[in-house]
Amino acid sequence: MSEHDHDHTPITNGNEPAAAVRARALEELLVEKGVLPAEEIRAGVDWLVSRTPADGARLVARAWIDPEFKQRLLADARSAALELGLDPGPSPVVVALENTETVHHMVVCTLCSCYPRALLGPPPAWYKSLPYRSRAVSDPRGVLAEFGLDLGEDVELRVVDSTADIRYLVIPSRPPGTDRLSEEQLAALITRDSMIGVAQPATPALA
Amino acid sequence: MERGVHDRGGLPTDERIDRSEHTLEDWEVLTDALAGALARRGLVSVDELRRGIESIPPGDYERASYYERWLSSLETILTEKGVLAAGELDRRAAG
Amino acid sequence: MRYRVGDPVIVAARAHRGHHRTPSYIRGKTGRIERVHAAFRNPETRAYGDDGLPKMPLYLVSFARSDLWPNGRADEGHRVYVDVFEHWLEEAK
Repeated sequence: MSEHDHDHTPITNGNEPAAAVRARALEELLVEKGVLPAEEIRAGVDWLVSRTPADGARLVARAWIDPEFKQRLLADARSAALELGLDPGPSPVVVALENTETVHHMVVCTLCSCYPRALLGPPPAWYKSLPYRSRAVSDPRGVLAEFGLDLGEDVELRVVDSTADIRYLVIPSRPPGTDRLSEEQLAALITRDSMIGVAQPATPALA
Repeated sequence: MERGVHDRGGLPTDERIDRSEHTLEDWEVLTDALAGALARRGLVSVDELRRGIESIPPGDYERASYYERWLSSLETILTEKGVLAAGELDRRAAG
Repeated sequence: MRYRVGDPVIVAARAHRGHHRTPSYIRGKTGRIERVHAAFRNPETRAYGDDGLPKMPLYLVSFARSDLWPNGRADEGHRVYVDVFEHWLEEAK
């Protein structure tokens, strides 16, 4: 059975994918029927496009420089986000998972694509793909190798499968040689992929 | 034990993970926003959306793109609830 | 909440008709309670328009890779952590 998962829409006829026509048709119908006001749909679109990993990076950068904030982040990431004026999103619980020298977390949603979108923006296509969803739990080191990450054998690898309403965010390890960096400079090192757990943050020499 | 087509954890696969970045198309963002608005209004819960996706026939599920599955599910659930008439979305999409 | 951190638990192997959030790869497997989450509305009934009440206790349960996929490479040690509802768990002896 072919398991090729393509995340771009196949072109059917005309210049526009059938799905695009269908989505707009659904929008029209829902607005006409008074089910959803057009402004609310617009606001939803605006919110989605406003979401980027910069918010997650701010949480992590603050945790790196402020140990007490880090404890609050670990205890209740949703509240910690609100403390920084960030929108943690509709999920009732967000849990931050701390990576250390000896423990590395990696997040997946094998059943669909659950992801902390409010703090990281839309999930990358690969996160939603069938092979990632299959292999992240059974062959995580193989997956990490594809991402160019080789954890030492001594590192305990924990793969977290988001199956319920909890959204998981990884706090990557702070790279060495970053003591002199400002919070803003630190945030610039913290990539989306490092907060999913398939990469380490950038290092100052590479940033 | 039989598993649903969506239940992918541990399924053997040789497929490499395509790590290229894909910017969402406007219609994909729109689909996401429609689902979000419907959820906030209590009209289609996230759980119903997932159930609708899981009910897609396996071949169609695997061939469909991510947001095509969402669209398909929204149509299923909204038709089930009588918000859409059967075939109404097809007719509107056909212009 | 019936279980506490550190408790060994087994995931029920029963068949389930309809929507659920318990992946097949942990069914019948023994794991360990890592976190006790709050209780949440039941997705199994919410998926069909029900309000999902009463809320059901949810746990983060960890499993050894070697228990989930016994035929993997010997050097492949990792644990898989999954959010599982209490009504899918039984006490392991």
